[in-house]
Amino acid sequence: MAKFEPKTVYVTYIASTPEKVWQALTSSEFTRRYFWDRDIELEPKRGGAFALKLPDGRVNVRGKVIEWDPPRLLKITWKVEWPEEFCKLPECLVSYEVAQAGNAVRLTMTESHSWNVPEAILSGGRAGWPAILCSLKSLLETGNPLSIAMEPPRDMIEAIKRLQI
Amino acid sequence: MNDKPQFVYVIYIRATAEKLWRALIDPEFTRQYWAGTWQESDWKVGAPWRIMIPDGRIADAGEIVEIEPPRRLVLTWRNEFRPELRKEGYSRLTYQLEQQGDMVKLSLTHEIDRPESNLIEAVAQGWPAILSSLKSLLETGESLEATRRWPENMK
Repeated sequence: MAKFEPKTVYVTYIASTPEKVWQALTSSEFTRRYFWDRDIELEPKRGGAFALKLPDGRVNVRGKVIEWDPPRLLKITWKVEWPEEFCKLPECLVSYEVAQAGNAVRLTMTESHSWNVPEAILSGGRAGWPAILCSLKSLLETGNPLSIAMEPPRDMIEAIKRLQI
Repeated sequence: MNDKPQFVYVIYIRATAEKLWRALIDPEFTRQYWAGTWQESDWKVGAPWRIMIPDGRIADAGEIVEIEPPRRLVLTWRNEFRPELRKEGYSRLTYQLEQQGDMVKLSLTHEIDRPESNLIEAVAQGWPAILSSLKSLLETGESLEATRRWPENMK
């Protein structure tokens, strides 16, 4: 496997239990509410299939489970299949680490890449992950997610168009 | 591309910008989510600013560079209680608040004009816990327990 370097890290602390955070990360009942209506499909084992799907059934992201260690570590490959222009992007790795921290849970999301990704392309994840994970925290702590409207940054789309891959 | 040490953190909090602004500077709030500390300042451009540790020491100090409630606050920041960090001199902290519907997007940038910085590494460990606790406080009425007191192991 190619060498993947961490490029974007987001840490949040949630008043919850590791088991609940794990459930929120891995079940559609939760992802639908905090991850822009997406369903998650995960085969719960190393090597299992992973997909994020739009409400109309189209696949947004597809990948494979690299590490499956509930409720502590989930690592998946992440290949964007929609929108179409994003298909050019090589797959990246996304990991969720869940740890007890006092009475709360520390959730660390790490996005890693195997190539010299332009900053403009990284800006998509850097904008998106805080919105997703803040909404997850609100959902678990208050019962209500946040509704954060967001489009991919224009610079990111331009940078993808320029990519020669 | 920026190769100076810099920590950037974005957090969305269901609150008004006015309430979040108050929570960032008012001792009544900060004591609950920022390790029991509070800030002292007149909150005017050029005014001194400092963070007080409950035992009477000063944690960090600097001065107000820009202040535009409830949207933007920039201040200089030097660590005052750890000599190895104090000698790095002044860093710069920017809070930017943007109301988006029923929530606020808070963007924090903590940076320093040096090639390497242990200060920025140290604050990068602290900010996610402090700001997560602030979000919990404003959304649920309760901060995260571990952030309510100055840590015993931090001398």
